[in-house]
Amino acid sequence: MRIRRANFVSYRMLSSFFLLLVAFLGHPATVWPQQKSVKDESLVLPGEVGRSGGRLVVSLRGEPKTLNPLIAADSRSREVIGVMQADLVHINRATQLSEPALAKSWKLSADGLEYTIVLRKGLKFSDGQALDADDVVFTFRIYLDENVHAPQRDLLIVGGKPIVVGKVDAQTVVFQLAKPYGAGERLFDGLAILPRHLLEKPYQEGRLGQIGTLATAANQWAGLGPFRMKEYVAGQRLLLERNPYYWKTDMRGNRLPYLDELVFLFVPNADAQVLKFQSGETDVISQLGAENFSVLSRQQKGYTMTDAGPGLEYNFLFFNLNDAGEKSSLEMRPKQKWFRQVKFRQAVSAAVDREAIVRLVYQERGSAIWGLVAPGNHRWGNEKLAHSPRSLDRARTFLKEAGFSWSNGPAGESTLQDSYGQPVEFSILTSSSNADRAKMAALIQDDLKQLGMRVQVVPLEFRSLLDRVTQTKEYDACLMGIVSFDADPNSDINVWLSSGGTHLWNPSQAHPATPWEAEIDRLIEEQMSARTFEQRKKLYDRAQEILAENQPMIFLASPDILVGSKNSVGNFHPAVLEPYVLWNVEQLYLKSLPAIGTR
Amino acid sequence: MRSRRTFTKWLVVLGALHTIVVCAGFFAPYDPIEQDRKNPYLPPMQLHLMDLQGHVHLRPFAYVLKLREGTFDQYEQDTSQPVVVKFFKSGAGYRLLGFLPSRKHLFGSEETRICLLGTDAYGRDQFSRLLYGGQISLLAGILGAGCTLFIGLFVGSVAGYFGGWRDDVLMRVAELFLALPWLYLLFALRAFLSLSVSPLKAFFLIVVVIGGVGWARPARLVRGVVLSAKERDFVRAARGFGATDGYLLRRHILPETSSVLLTQAAILVPQYVLAEMTLSFLGLGIPEPVPSWGNLLSNLQQYSVLVSYWWMYLPALAMVPFFLGYLGLASSLQERGEAYKIERRGPGSLT
Repeated sequence: MRIRRANFVSYRMLSSFFLLLVAFLGHPATVWPQQKSVKDESLVLPGEVGRSGGRLVVSLRGEPKTLNPLIAADSRSREVIGVMQADLVHINRATQLSEPALAKSWKLSADGLEYTIVLRKGLKFSDGQALDADDVVFTFRIYLDENVHAPQRDLLIVGGKPIVVGKVDAQTVVFQLAKPYGAGERLFDGLAILPRHLLEKPYQEGRLGQIGTLATAANQWAGLGPFRMKEYVAGQRLLLERNPYYWKTDMRGNRLPYLDELVFLFVPNADAQVLKFQSGETDVISQLGAENFSVLSRQQKGYTMTDAGPGLEYNFLFFNLNDAGEKSSLEMRPKQKWFRQVKFRQAVSAAVDREAIVRLVYQERGSAIWGLVAPGNHRWGNEKLAHSPRSLDRARTFLKEAGFSWSNGPAGESTLQDSYGQPVEFSILTSSSNADRAKMAALIQDDLKQLGMRVQVVPLEFRSLLDRVTQTKEYDACLMGIVSFDADPNSDINVWLSSGGTHLWNPSQAHPATPWEAEIDRLIEEQMSARTFEQRKKLYDRAQEILAENQPMIFLASPDILVGSKNSVGNFHPAVLEPYVLWNVEQLYLKSLPAIGTR
Repeated sequence: MRSRRTFTKWLVVLGALHTIVVCAGFFAPYDPIEQDRKNPYLPPMQLHLMDLQGHVHLRPFAYVLKLREGTFDQYEQDTSQPVVVKFFKSGAGYRLLGFLPSRKHLFGSEETRICLLGTDAYGRDQFSRLLYGGQISLLAGILGAGCTLFIGLFVGSVAGYFGGWRDDVLMRVAELFLALPWLYLLFALRAFLSLSVSPLKAFFLIVVVIGGVGWARPARLVRGVVLSAKERDFVRAARGFGATDGYLLRRHILPETSSVLLTQAAILVPQYVLAEMTLSFLGLGIPEPVPSWGNLLSNLQQYSVLVSYWWMYLPALAMVPFFLGYLGLASSLQERGEAYKIERRGPGSLT
C-alpha cells in the first residue's frame, strides 16, 4: 500500500523550455520520429526486432476496478489502462525524459504560455475509427468538466486556471496556460486521449462513470494503446488482444505490438504472485519484496531475476505536527510538545539505524536515504545533503539540549523523560499489509529503546491509517512510503507545499505553520517558474536542505526495483518508474512460440 | 489403578514442561527481545560431543556460524572455531518467577551466541523467545480457562439448582453464546478496543475476551451435574435436616462437579492457548516485540519465510508436548471420573 500519484492538487507552473531541449538534444543516440509515408506517420521504435505472436501472462494483485481513465483511482486499474490507452507526450520510463507519442511534435511559445501540438497522421482507435483534433479537444473538455470529477482535472489547472484547449486544424491543437509550467510537456504524460465517438453520447446523458467497466462489451470500448479488450472473467482474468491499428512500428517497419494477447491474472497478494511466477503460470513479475526476490533467485529455472536498481520509493517516519488547538486531547498535548522540537526529531533521526533497515528489510537491495529524492532519481537529488551515520551519542546530545533527561525505571532500564518528568512514550502507525514497513518499525522501536523511549508499533489497515493521518489526525507518529510517479520534482509537489494533501505531518494548511515551511513553499513555487534546469535545481536543492535540517520527515530507506521474467521474453528492459516491466509492452516478444494449443 | 498411574504420568510431564517455561529466565540463554542485527535468520546451532578428528569431549561444543561472503542469510560453519558451551553462565539479568533477580543462565558461551533454534528476522534467539513466549501463552490459557470455569460454575449451578425461570434465561443465553462464531467475535472485540495498548493491557484484554466467550459449555455440564446431584438421597436428607441452599451447594453439590470441572480445565487450557495464538498470529494479540507463541508462528505467514527458513517451524513442534500433555491429562481425568462414579454407585446401578 503506498500513496501513488496522490498529488492532484493544482500545479502552479512555468516554462519548460529546458526540458524540451533536453528531450531532443540530451539523447542524440535516440532516433525520433521517422516518417514512413505521408499517410501513415507511425512512430518507429529503436531496439531489437522481435517476432510476432504469442501470449504474455502477468499477475495483478486483485481485480482492476475499471478500464475508464476518468474514474480509475487504484493502481491496478491504472496498470491495465496503461496498456490500453495512449497519451500525447510520454515520459520514457528508461531515460526518464519526455518523448513524442500521439503528438508528432510540439512547440512552446516564447512566453511559455502556449503549446502547439501536431498529431500524427493516420492515427486510429482500436476499433478502427480515426482520431483527429476533435477527439483531443473533447478529451480535455471532459477532463476539465467539474461535473465529471475526473482525477486528471487537478493536473490541468495551471496557475490557478484550467488549461484552455483549442483546435487549429484536423491535426493541430493549441493548449493555453495561465502561467508557465515548470515540468513542461511532462504534463501530458498519462493523460489518455479518449474516443469521442463512444463517449459523446454518454457524456451528454451524464453517465460517463458507468461505461468502460470491465463488463463492457469489447466493441463498446476503444483506446489508442497497444492492446484492446477481448474477454473478462470475473475473479479470474482479463484477456486483452493486440490492437491492429497501433501506431508504433519496429526498425523493420513491422507494426507493434508483437504479442497477440496479454493476460492479467487476478491473484490475492504478493505471495500468490510469486507462486504463479515460480510455477511458470506468469511470464513476468514486478514489485517484488527483497525476501521473495531471493527465494526466486535461488532456483532460477527458465527465468531470470533482475535488480533494476534504486527506484523512486521513499520510506519515512513522521510525527504528528498538526495544530489541533483546543481540540487536541490531553494525552496528545505533551507529546506534541516533544514532536515540535527540532532537536527531538533530529535525535530520533540520529538514532535510527538505516544500514540495518537496508540489510534486514531489503537484504542489501536498497539504499539508506536522508532526503526525499530517492536514489533512483538521477537528476534532482542534492549531493550535498549530509549522510550522517547512526550515532546514539549525537542523539543523546540533541535530547539533552532539548531539555530531556534520563531516570532509572522500575525494571532498572533507563527511561527518557521530558523537563516535566513525564516519560517519553508514543506509538508508530504502520500499514498492516506491508511487511517491509512493519519490520522497519520494529527496528526503529528497538533503536529508540536504546534512547530510553518507549515505542509501541501499531499495524493498521491502510485506509484507516490514511484516515487517521489526514482526517482525524489522531496519531503520534507514522511510518509510510511514497512512490514518486515521475522523476520531476513536481510529482511530489503536494508533499512539499504546506497546502498539499500529502504534506503528511501537517496536511492542507491554510497558512504555513512555521517559517521554514513558508520558505519551502516559496522555493518550490519559485522553482516552478525558473527558466533553466540549473535554476530549478538550485532552488530545489535548497528546499531539500531545509527539509533535512528540520526533519519533519525522517527519511529511512528506498528499495531497489526487483523484477523477473522468463528467459523466453525478449526486449525485457525493466525501468525504475512505474509500470516497471510493462512500460515497453509493445516491444516485448516471445523468443520461442509454444506450439498451438499448449497454452 | 491404571488410570491413576497415567494421570500421575501426565501430571509429571506437564509439571516438568511448565517448570521450564516458568523459569524461562534461567533456561533461556538470552533476552527474548534483544536483537542481533548481524545474524538474522541464523540456522539452529548443533551441539557436538565429538570433533572432526573423532575425539570425544565431555563438554558439548558448537561451531561458530559465519555469514557467507556476499550473501544475506547463508551461513557456513567455521570448524576452526569450536565454542565450548558453559553451564550456569552469567548473562543478561532477569527476575526468576517475577521477583528473584538473577543473572545465571543454564548455558551460554563467551565467544558467540548459542542459538539452539536459530534466530528470526531481527537476529533474536528463537529458543529464548519460545520459552518466554510460553509464559505468556500458557498463562493466558490458564487464566482464561479459570475465568471461563468460574463463570461456568456460577451460571451452571444457579441454573441447575434453582431451576425455573432462572434456568430458562441462563440456558438460552448460554445457547446464544454456543451459537456465536467465537473466532469472529474475538476479532470484532479486539478490533473494537483501543489501538495502541501496552503489552500488559493487551494480555489482560485477551484473557478476559477468551475467558468470557467460552463459558457456555462448562455451564451446561455443571448444570447437568447439579440437576442430578440435587435429587440425590443424601442431599434430600440434608435438606430435610434444614440445610440452607448455600450450605447444600457448598457442602454436597459443588464437590460433585469437581471432576467435570477438572476435565474441562484440562481441555480448555490448550484450547485457549490456541485462541491466544490465533489472535497473536493475526496481529490482534500481544504486540511485538514481546514474544508469544502466536507471534512466533506469525512469521510463517510470509511465503519467503516458509520456504527459506525451516527452523521457523520449530516453535510449532515445541508446542506439541504441551497440548499432548493437557489432552492426556484430560482423558485420564475422564477415566478417573468414570471409575469414581462406578465405585460410588456400585455395580448394581450400572445398567
